[in-house]
Amino acid sequence: MKTLLELSDIRHAYGQQRVVNDLSLTLGKGAIGCLLGPSGCGKTTVLRCIAGFEPVSAGKILLNGAVISSNDVMIPPERRHIGMVFQDYALFPHLSVTDNIGFGLHSMQKGERSARIAEMLQTVGLADSAKKYPHQLSGGQQQRVALARALAPRPELLLLDEPFSNLDVSLRGRLSLEVRDILKSQNATAILVTHDQDEAFAIADEIGVMHHGEIQQWDTAYNLYHKPANRFVANFIGEGVFLPGKMLDRQQVEIELGTLTGDIPHRCAPDCQLCQEGNMVDVLIRPDDIVHDDASPVQAKVMQKAFRGADILYTLQLPGGSIALSLVPSHHNHAIGEKIGIRLEAEHVVAFSHAVPT
Amino acid sequence: MEVEAPNGMETGTGPETGIETTNSQGTKKGFFSFPTSSRHASQGWRLIPLLVAALVLIPVGTVVSSLFTPAGEVWRHLAETTLPDLLANTFWLALGVLAGVTLLGVSLAWFTAVCEFPGRQFFSWALLLPFAMPAYVTAFVALGLFDYIGPVQTALREWFGPDLFWFPNVRSRTGVILVMILAFYPYVYLLARNAFLTQGKRSLEAAQSLGLSRTQGFFKVALPMARPWIAGGAMLALMETLADFGTVAVFNYDTFTTAIYKAWFAMFSLPAASQLASLLIVIVFAMIILEQQFRSQMRYAEIRQSARAHLITLSGWQKWGVTGFASATLFLAFLLPVAQLAVWTTRVFARDFDQRYLEFLWHSLLLSGFAALLTCSVALLMVYAARRHPSRATRAAVRISTLGYALPGTVLAVGIFIPIAWLDNQLSEMAMQLFHMETGLLIQGTLATMLIAYMTRFLAVSYSPIDSAMQRITSSIDEAAMGLGLSGWSMLRRVHLPMLRSGIFTAATLVFVDVMKEMPITLMTRPFGWDTLAVRIFEMTSEGEWEQAALPAVALVLAGLLPLIFFMRQSEK
Amino acid sequence: MSSARLNRYLTAMICCVTLFTADASRAEEVVVYSARIEQLIKPMFDAFTKDSGIPVKFVTDKEGPLLARLKAEGKNTPADMLITVDAGNLWEAAREGLLRPVESEILETNVPAHLQDPLNRWFGLSIRARTIVYNTHKVKPSDLSTYEALADPKWKNRLCIRTSKKVYNQSLVAMMIAEHGEPKTEQIVKGWVANLATDPLSDDSKAMEYVAAGKCDVTIVNTYYYGRLMKKNPKLPLAIFWPNQDNSGVHVNISGAGVTKYAHHPQAAIKLLEFLSSEKAQNLFADVNMEYPVNSKVKTDPTVAAWGSFKQNTINVNKAGELQAEAVKLMDRAGYK
Repeated sequence: MKTLLELSDIRHAYGQQRVVNDLSLTLGKGAIGCLLGPSGCGKTTVLRCIAGFEPVSAGKILLNGAVISSNDVMIPPERRHIGMVFQDYALFPHLSVTDNIGFGLHSMQKGERSARIAEMLQTVGLADSAKKYPHQLSGGQQQRVALARALAPRPELLLLDEPFSNLDVSLRGRLSLEVRDILKSQNATAILVTHDQDEAFAIADEIGVMHHGEIQQWDTAYNLYHKPANRFVANFIGEGVFLPGKMLDRQQVEIELGTLTGDIPHRCAPDCQLCQEGNMVDVLIRPDDIVHDDASPVQAKVMQKAFRGADILYTLQLPGGSIALSLVPSHHNHAIGEKIGIRLEAEHVVAFSHAVPT
Repeated sequence: MEVEAPNGMETGTGPETGIETTNSQGTKKGFFSFPTSSRHASQGWRLIPLLVAALVLIPVGTVVSSLFTPAGEVWRHLAETTLPDLLANTFWLALGVLAGVTLLGVSLAWFTAVCEFPGRQFFSWALLLPFAMPAYVTAFVALGLFDYIGPVQTALREWFGPDLFWFPNVRSRTGVILVMILAFYPYVYLLARNAFLTQGKRSLEAAQSLGLSRTQGFFKVALPMARPWIAGGAMLALMETLADFGTVAVFNYDTFTTAIYKAWFAMFSLPAASQLASLLIVIVFAMIILEQQFRSQMRYAEIRQSARAHLITLSGWQKWGVTGFASATLFLAFLLPVAQLAVWTTRVFARDFDQRYLEFLWHSLLLSGFAALLTCSVALLMVYAARRHPSRATRAAVRISTLGYALPGTVLAVGIFIPIAWLDNQLSEMAMQLFHMETGLLIQGTLATMLIAYMTRFLAVSYSPIDSAMQRITSSIDEAAMGLGLSGWSMLRRVHLPMLRSGIFTAATLVFVDVMKEMPITLMTRPFGWDTLAVRIFEMTSEGEWEQAALPAVALVLAGLLPLIFFMRQSEK
Repeated sequence: MSSARLNRYLTAMICCVTLFTADASRAEEVVVYSARIEQLIKPMFDAFTKDSGIPVKFVTDKEGPLLARLKAEGKNTPADMLITVDAGNLWEAAREGLLRPVESEILETNVPAHLQDPLNRWFGLSIRARTIVYNTHKVKPSDLSTYEALADPKWKNRLCIRTSKKVYNQSLVAMMIAEHGEPKTEQIVKGWVANLATDPLSDDSKAMEYVAAGKCDVTIVNTYYYGRLMKKNPKLPLAIFWPNQDNSGVHVNISGAGVTKYAHHPQAAIKLLEFLSSEKAQNLFADVNMEYPVNSKVKTDPTVAAWGSFKQNTINVNKAGELQAEAVKLMDRAGYK
């Protein structure tokens, strides 16, 4: 896949404070990327740098191999052919839906323009609302108009800034998939910015978890979940606990519940300290790594339970005293205080150096 | 004709709820209750705007009532001689001021709201300072400085010889227009800035992301979106222009107001005067309707403030160009007049300043304070009533109530005076017959008359900020409060008033400053011994004693500055 | 503060304020509506109060609104006396039935016949001569003769004048109509307008300053403005010329007063009126504003006397009022702004 967007060690400072810190990523044509992270991690700033609304103080941004932002080059936003969907949609209230969508099509002929507008209306499913005004639409509809408006001029790249943060939670799931479909149908290359993991997982092909202005890991959702590169990613993505463990060798680590075997995803050098025999490590155990097994000799006490419809998330106290989480089909309904049998069933092994608790 | 609260207005859709929502006002009923939520109380609320509108219509009606008395001769005379000039003068003045305040106000608002340049924060509030300066003061300072006999031309004549240079004639139509632009641009500035602060940056970025340059984006998106606010501010400026008497008198420029004055007091023809006044009222009413069209669009504007204001950075010379522009405006509209006033004051201070000035100041402050209190209270009641009964009649009543602003001060003063005097006479007749008591004038000659007149005139100014602030109190807030056990007065006190505070404060400040500057009503309705700074200015300027007028003028400007600055600092937050 | 408490305070305040300022006094005093500004009339009132012990309450405003106010108040007006700075408005007040006739020997003695209402409803208290002032560098007294002569083309671009909106000019033109009739007066005024060096100015002082600065050579002003200006800046090249000495004389107007029809304290008001015409007060008129006293027994202020004596036009000043509306219309027709 051809590389469309490349960020190379970009930096952005707000006054003295560095908001984006030597950040790099590449995005292939037709791919949907996502910057995921908590508030204040700098993800929106990266987006705005790509869009051209903020300058970079170091590093380069390249679009199709050409530099658009760097220390000495700053192509103005209107010449970048990069579309943007804003968090608050920023629809033009004085224009109808049709006029909003057609706003960026000023270089097209009239006939071509109407055709493209009609096509977009169809794509986002708002053909009935062509003549309406933004204030007459619901939030979800407004978002779709914003999307249509940004996609209409066939931009090289589409940027989406927290597109679902203003919507009802119940709608997000459905709309996330819809948006992905729309983007894929238009063959759009896009970067999405969000703090919501479910959104990121639903829409994006590749996700970069950001923290303190840096990308901690740029990977598929699956890998982020099962092979987090560092503690932050491990903590941020999904749920889980860290259990103390001891390295037996490069491939094996022993924890209370048993021995885990697998490629410790540290790709460490042969002389890496971590993998030395006898080293103490923290092993990431996700709720799906612990299964309920009545036959198991290991008994854990139920401390808390959270009903989730299909599953119940139990917070368990292991015999050794550590706390672990387990996701169990909900027809196994145990009371708090009960002891249930559990078994370790993990395919991925994720271990980090033993961290001194702070 | 409505001034917005500085924190902007939030209407449009709230957080997505999966259903269609429109504006937050008017679609829900019965969310607001008072302890005695009987039908009577409900009807009581409905009456309030109607009563106030009726009150405002009284002076208008009084003036217009003489319309049908034949004034043939005088009217014919006017039509033959001065009316064409009057119309032309008024038209060009209005047009010139409208264009000027819009250009000046909008550009300054855009720069201070959206761009980064040296001194931006300072100018953001400093550009509002001319509010404290009455237009007629700016006028006599401008003439004093740039007139043929003023220091500027005199100096130039000395250097270059009397025949070797040309200086533009200040005492001309252009001169009046310029002075008024400098005096009234803050209305447009204030409102447009509000619009740009909340919408400007974001809409510009959206336009840029769709391929428009910044300039194109400004004209095609930011400006149209701000149009309702700009129109509101421009209308206020226009009303002031049409109602103005002091400035045009200083320039000896014939407009409707001077003609009304002449017909009434020089030609002793009330019918002719009222015919002219009626014509003026018609023009103003047309403008109000026009403005209403613009205002309705405001409801649909989505406003969401971005977390951090990313200001547009300008290139080197652009930056300094803007700073220069803002400085020049502030200088001409405020600093220069104040400096000249200060110079004049120093010349007469020792001779003129005495204990009486403190009295004048005190009276000015007291009257302004009372007037602000009364006017804002009434405006608050009206806003509530309108919220409770958002019917056509109420809306019309509200529109009419704001009409007082457009009447020239003298006309309004006399228009109020006559019915109050009539009422007084009736009351004293009654007292005579019922109690055999000679009461003399009861209402007349008291502060009550003055305050009612002020209220009638300045209701427009106080209504809008409070109304805008009220818009932001969504029905869900009311419902949340009710769920926590509040209702009626407690809800008003603990929930609404704190939220309305900024709007009320804006309204109070504007009325306060406007009453400080006001002259004709004060002159005419003040009780004995209640001279104010404005009265003093009038007395001095009527005798051509400009320097002596400087002392009270400076005091007036300073007194108006304090609440103004306080208000502006508040709004910056 | 809660809204309810706020409302209570407000009501209380308004009540107090109303009570305190409502005029319900019946004690002996004189209430005056004055178009003469405070500093030009208070000294006389203070002198009166010192002499007689009767306090004077007054309010100042432009004459137009004062009249409208008097009229609207009708029987319940608190005003006992109306003071104006011109005759025209006194005439109008009398015509509207707002003034009452006063029989007073003192007033008859002190005030010349042509400076009071034939029906005794108002009396002049000071004379304001409206005369020609010229630039001593550019004009010789021999160049000047009459007001009417200023319409001559030889004065083209050399005349400055105050706006027609000021009552002094309205009275001047009205008196001219009384003397010459409308058609001739209109011609004269048209001639003036044609000779203007610049648009009419807002006040007399400005007009004189323009003359001193050289923009024009001659203007028509009230003498006391001349006096004030010269006091401030004695070095100005300006001098007074008394026109029309060979025929009807210098145009004069009066600042005068009348007792209101529904005065509550008519006796006190008459006393004040008589006092104002007496020597003591008449001196004050000259003191505060360099006006000429109506009382011929009173000697003029030395500064004023230095301007020379002059023959004044003795047409009754009530003509100024009678013909004011006509004058205004005439000025409109002649294009005199």
